[in-house]
Amino acid sequence: MTSELFAAMRQSIVEGDADRAEELAARALGEGMDPLAAIDEGYVPGLRHVGDHFAIGEMFLPEMMLAARAMKRAVAVLEPEMARRASRRRVLGRVVLGTVHGDIHEIGKNLVGMMLSASGFEVHDLGVDVPFERFVEKAREVDADIVGVSALLTTTMVGQRSVVEALRDAGLRPRVKVMVGGAPVTRGWAEEIGADGYSEDAVGAVNLARQLVGA
Amino acid sequence: MRPNLELLDGRLVERVLGEAFELLLDPGVRVQAPEAADLLAAAGAEVRGEVARIPGSVVRAALESAPRAFALHDRSGEPAVRYGAGVVQFDPGSCGVHVLDPETLEHRSSRSADLVRLVQVAEMLPEYAAQSTAVICSDVPAAIGDLYRLFLVLLHSARPVVTGAFTAGGSRAMVELLAADAGGAEALAERPRAVFDVCPSPPLTWSAFGGRNLVDLARARVPVQIVSMPLAGGAAPVTLIGSVVQHAAESLSGIAIHQLARPGSPVVWGGAPAILDMRSGATPMGAVETAMLDVACAQVGRSLGLPTHGYLGATDAKVVDAQAGLETATGAFLGGLGGIDLVSGAGMLDFLLCQSPEKLVVDAEAIGMVQRLLRGIGTPTETLAVAAFAAARPEGRFLELDETRRLFREEQRIPSKVIDRASHQAWLDGGAVDTFGRARGRVEQLLAAYRRPAPAPDVEAALVAIVRREAERAGQGEPAELPGLPADVAVGGG
Repeated sequence: MTSELFAAMRQSIVEGDADRAEELAARALGEGMDPLAAIDEGYVPGLRHVGDHFAIGEMFLPEMMLAARAMKRAVAVLEPEMARRASRRRVLGRVVLGTVHGDIHEIGKNLVGMMLSASGFEVHDLGVDVPFERFVEKAREVDADIVGVSALLTTTMVGQRSVVEALRDAGLRPRVKVMVGGAPVTRGWAEEIGADGYSEDAVGAVNLARQLVGA
Repeated sequence: MRPNLELLDGRLVERVLGEAFELLLDPGVRVQAPEAADLLAAAGAEVRGEVARIPGSVVRAALESAPRAFALHDRSGEPAVRYGAGVVQFDPGSCGVHVLDPETLEHRSSRSADLVRLVQVAEMLPEYAAQSTAVICSDVPAAIGDLYRLFLVLLHSARPVVTGAFTAGGSRAMVELLAADAGGAEALAERPRAVFDVCPSPPLTWSAFGGRNLVDLARARVPVQIVSMPLAGGAAPVTLIGSVVQHAAESLSGIAIHQLARPGSPVVWGGAPAILDMRSGATPMGAVETAMLDVACAQVGRSLGLPTHGYLGATDAKVVDAQAGLETATGAFLGGLGGIDLVSGAGMLDFLLCQSPEKLVVDAEAIGMVQRLLRGIGTPTETLAVAAFAAARPEGRFLELDETRRLFREEQRIPSKVIDRASHQAWLDGGAVDTFGRARGRVEQLLAAYRRPAPAPDVEAALVAIVRREAERAGQGEPAELPGLPADVAVGGG
């Protein structure tokens, strides 16, 4: 029965069916299942499937977005029980995320946030048009492992350099890693401004974040 | 609302038909096939020597009996190409003599293996509603060439086939082959799988083989596509409208002969018009005027209630380059907007001389874009946008809506990876491959994924037997081998 439940959980993520994912999470709790097992063996394989198929061009942004949303809703159902058992989902790392000052584009940043959070990172999303020093404050406050800076415009992309510099001036580098993303961002740019990495898409961002925290 | 392009107003269409009817009487049509001339004479045409003067009443009767719509069927007997249904469909161009070598970029003489490769690639692309007998097989004796091309397509494809016979009486064995494939002559007439291109010779001439094929195919009730080819400025008036008139006259005379041979047999108002390039003397298939002729000719046919065909989506470029892309897409879009039922020509380079599987996969993307355009802008939601805004909240999270996931594949055509939409960095990381390089990769992928849709073994045996018999009859003796034959087909023989 457990394996059937895991398969149904996986499927609910693949289909991006948040209601179903929630319902299965509640059923798992009713049956006394360890919430961590539900996440790791039920939902996470579904998310991995979506990520893999996105990477080869067989699934698309809306499907990834809904998969991540379904994952988030299922985890929310499981969280009280995890707290009661004093078990915590192993946090792969703490990420501070935001779109750089002057730029209000958030789709890419939201997608990365959803995927990171669904993959087991603790994500602190600062939103859009975020002042450089705000990244520093938040990183210090939550003891971040990674700061992610998004920019969609060539004119605002230069702000990514300012965030790297602000973190360095605050003495947080190189312990706090910086990843940059957004349409105009290239590997060359990431290297030039001294960031630790960049990614083409949300799946790549998760892989990069795992790499940066050694997970 | 479906986008629609018309180049002639109603009065001009009337004038085109009026002058076409005049031409059928004076100077009349040269009919070099005796059986066709006899049919016309018996119906009341004045036939003197080769020239038949065809009165309007004969043509009008033919237009009455010609079907308004019919379908070509796939191997399982399902309708797959619908003529006269208001759907634009595409198939690869026919009868190239070369293929583009993807490694050396040479145009080399096409062989059976090349035809098989083209058929396999097209079979994997849903953008093509039909196959065609795409290239001449130079490793097969010319006497059985038409038959052999059709034979290979039937063995490697389940789709309908656009084909043709280019010798007098050449269609006989091909019809026999199709009947064997369909399960008998009656089944073939009820659910035809192939259409035959039959071409008048410009200006206003039915050659011995063209006329004979019209008659033979009508009697076999096998669909015919009359492919008139006025060459504006060369073998037709230089004005586009004058060439449209000639096209109409040639097509009307063909329909008259065809319907006299057997009223009610399916026939298509086809065409492959072109202009004469006044610098090179070439017949550019990628010229915008060529596309305009196709659209206008089809409009005249549609005004008569007939199914239509045109020859577009080809290029005169020698490699799959920017000229190839722009000429192909221009033709495909104009043909699509012109509402032509079946548009042939994809894959073709160099004035329809050279086929290319790589171009077929690029062209499938252009065709996919045309098909998307023709679906138009729909209204799949109750409110056009208000409900979506309510659901997306003030910050506009449209990407997360169920509606987005449910509808994006309908609203957007997802291109194959032949179309590059990666970032510059990702493109560099992927080897900085250009369109042709990506097309080469996709051809290899499609060929690897292709599985032959095998007909019943006894059907295959019957097809093989017909081809062997015809080879012997043509004085070729017992063929040592049948090139291009799938490995799992029993060769039989003896």
